[in-house]
Amino acid sequence: MAKPKKRQVKPLYEGAEWNFETLNTVYNAVEQIGIGELGLDIYPNQVEVITAEQMLDAYASIGMPLMYRHWSFGKHFAHEAMTYRRGLRSLAYELVINSNPCISYVMEENSITMQTLVIAHAAFGHNHFFKNNYLFRQWTNADTILDYLAFAKDYIKLCEERYGIEAVEPIVDAAHALMRQGISHHPRDPKLLRPSHLAQQEERRRLHEEANFDDLWRTVPKSLEDAADQIAPATVEEDQLGLPEENLLYFLEKHAPRLKDWQREIIRIVRILSQYFYPQRQTKMMNEGCATFVHYEILNRMHQRGQLTDGAMLEFLHVHSSVVMQPPFHDQRFSGLNPYALGFAMMRDIQRICETPTQEDRAWFPEFAGNDSTMDTLKSAWRDYRDESFILQFLSPKVIRDFRLFTIHDEANKPECAVTAIHNERGYRTVRRLLARQYEVGVQDPDIRVTDADLSGGRRLTLTHSARDGILLDKSERDRTLQHLAQLWGYRVKLLEVDGVSGKLLREQEMLPLP
Amino acid sequence: MHIIDRRLNPKAKSLGNRQRFIRRAKEEIREAISDALRKRKISEVDSGEKIRIRSRSLGEPAFRLGKESGKRDVVLPGNEDYVVGDRIPKPPPGRGKGGEKGSSDGHGEDDFVFTLTKDEFLDLFFDDLQLPNLVKTKLKDVRSPMPMRAGFTTDGSPAKLNRVRTMRNSMARRVALRRPSQSEIARAELELKQAEDEAPRDEARVATLSERLARLHHQRKTIAFIDPFDLKYNRFERVPKPTTQAVMFCLMDTSASMSQALKDLAKRFFMLLYVFLSRHYKDVDVVFIRHTSVASEVDEDTFFHSTETGGTVISTAFEEMLKVVEERYPVEDWNIYAAQASDGANDFSDMVKCIDMLDEEVLPLCQYFAYIEVGATISESIIWSGFDPLTKRRPHFAMRRVSAPDEIYPVFHELFSNSEKA
Repeated sequence: MAKPKKRQVKPLYEGAEWNFETLNTVYNAVEQIGIGELGLDIYPNQVEVITAEQMLDAYASIGMPLMYRHWSFGKHFAHEAMTYRRGLRSLAYELVINSNPCISYVMEENSITMQTLVIAHAAFGHNHFFKNNYLFRQWTNADTILDYLAFAKDYIKLCEERYGIEAVEPIVDAAHALMRQGISHHPRDPKLLRPSHLAQQEERRRLHEEANFDDLWRTVPKSLEDAADQIAPATVEEDQLGLPEENLLYFLEKHAPRLKDWQREIIRIVRILSQYFYPQRQTKMMNEGCATFVHYEILNRMHQRGQLTDGAMLEFLHVHSSVVMQPPFHDQRFSGLNPYALGFAMMRDIQRICETPTQEDRAWFPEFAGNDSTMDTLKSAWRDYRDESFILQFLSPKVIRDFRLFTIHDEANKPECAVTAIHNERGYRTVRRLLARQYEVGVQDPDIRVTDADLSGGRRLTLTHSARDGILLDKSERDRTLQHLAQLWGYRVKLLEVDGVSGKLLREQEMLPLP
Repeated sequence: MHIIDRRLNPKAKSLGNRQRFIRRAKEEIREAISDALRKRKISEVDSGEKIRIRSRSLGEPAFRLGKESGKRDVVLPGNEDYVVGDRIPKPPPGRGKGGEKGSSDGHGEDDFVFTLTKDEFLDLFFDDLQLPNLVKTKLKDVRSPMPMRAGFTTDGSPAKLNRVRTMRNSMARRVALRRPSQSEIARAELELKQAEDEAPRDEARVATLSERLARLHHQRKTIAFIDPFDLKYNRFERVPKPTTQAVMFCLMDTSASMSQALKDLAKRFFMLLYVFLSRHYKDVDVVFIRHTSVASEVDEDTFFHSTETGGTVISTAFEEMLKVVEERYPVEDWNIYAAQASDGANDFSDMVKCIDMLDEEVLPLCQYFAYIEVGATISESIIWSGFDPLTKRRPHFAMRRVSAPDEIYPVFHELFSNSEKA
């Protein structure tokens, strides 16, 4: 890649204060480099300025400023606000939504250098990733998410008005508890999110209600009504249920016998949001790595051109280095691998391998070592990989050495763990394989499926957790979640925990819905 | 490129979520509050409160992988001197291994600490308390009319002129009647001047133009900029407002038998009553009356901190209170509350007089009269046995015994609780 020549330009700004004019100047300068030089491909940008309070709020509502109302967001808000005010944690500097146009939020408290960093990071880095990565393209529909969120918010508000918060809240609680089991791993059509489709659904629901509304039923004694209820689902063949079903929310939405239409719709809303966030969970490290690499590259080039003062550059570097800091495992601050650190290190490493490869790199990465087209290599990685496959493909021995990665094997019933691989010739591949597995969302989440639903008799629902490596569910959490599930299903629910390989039954638990 | 300023939106965007959260955690929060109160000075009562709750109803369970079973491989950064085959003893159970995922997802069972605002705190604090029923009838009484906005009218004093409405009417009328604007006239003048200055002068055109100019001037003169017809005035109506002021009488025996500890006890009760009343009334006046064998109105500091010697004659306090009411707090305008604290001693010869006064003169004036007896008296005190019959006849008279600071709030609660049949 051709290094831009150092030019003497007047800095874009001096000092720390920003206003809308400087923000615009900065945006244009960033855009010039981001699109003109790095060749990023982005959704149109929309930058919004918000206060710290609003940032906290958005933060608490799973990063979505348009989220429906729920007490748990209030709880997270109270918690975040507390730690923030006590100074335990600095606030996220930015927040970005995978939508078209791509909305990035910047905080008013930020200095202009921070705003520059945030614009480069979110409005260009994340934006490019959202628009190009295959998972996002396959799973999410950026054009309609904002409309859908607005719909969800209004719909839940409407339900609260019509049926009361007391009736709506348990449904949302229960759906939230099952959120991680609300994902289909084989994509359905993401276009189903279109608002026009929503209108269709509304229509469908109305027709359904009209067709099924029979005033006579109100006069029929209660027991008869129940009996009539039982006949209908019994005609549904079991194989039509599509068992085993991995998406519990989907299954409940479609087949839970006692739910009302609005309750199904709420479950659907939670399920769709869960699905929407699924790619973000799978690409957290890459996504942050991409955005961090982009802001680092852009700000450095701005500095080379003289658009940033040395002071601004120092401020940037200070922030940047604390963002990509990786405390070692025995450090008090350690809380797992920092996705920013690992992501950024891997992107920089790819750049290094493309531009100045060593002998080792040529041996490990013959496909692109020394090809001298960093951006193309990176862009294709950003497009075609997720965290797990990205690590398998691109984690180099150098990064393993730099991070001094090692693996330990831990068995619950033993008093010690064993070190199984370290950063040496024999260990690289093991570390790489295990690290990739650690980033596999499918391994982090328990594998729970609906395996049986008795629709004619006792209506018992059976779930099976196939335990990997003998790891069972957390017991108290399991029971409480199961309770939520029973509330939605309306009848007895049974959870079997079996060994994933042998199928041997390890534990089981039953739960009845509370009246 | 859009840069949008979203800061203008209402600040407390999370309010809806927060209310839902507090509603959800109400029971736990209330418990925490009464816990906190036991250890806290009443004077801190209406500042915000940091609340620590431990709650299952606030947990957000999910199917998660447990930590007590199975085997797993973990990749960690920052190796210093481990080599393959090393064995690392595990930290004792309870602390997550190496801090991995230790704290972030432990929301469910952990203590949850957050701060309530002053309003939220007081709301919960007084949640199931109510002013005794009697007061409500009083509150509905109509008093002191206040001017309230009530639409617009076509006449009024110039001070009440509504400029926006007036100008809107004026503009509509001017547009409708085609009143020429200044610039239109200027344009017509210019055209006329050009026509006049043209080399071969087109007389006919000059004539039409000057006629048009004259017509415009005429129109402008006849169609007023502001017509009396346009004028709109703000209209006010005098709406009677219910009285929202209360006076609270604190009566206390300050004879030597009341120790500082007992006074502090009484003080807490008074302060609680004050906070409670100030939530219901816009203005709350407090009058402190101390008494021994003579009574006098004093300031707060003297009230709580000076000691006098002498006997105890309660009727003097009632006399003083009646005098103050008569002088400064006419019953029609004020809701009167009284709280009396005493150790239960009174001059025996005064009892008959004092009970009569209370029954016939003081109680009819008051919305509510609370008598609390401080100190751990085992036998019935002379006042207690004297006042006791009144509680049956007078529903807005209540009496309780308090012996320790942590009993204050429950007693107060009891006195004002919703369920009490007043």
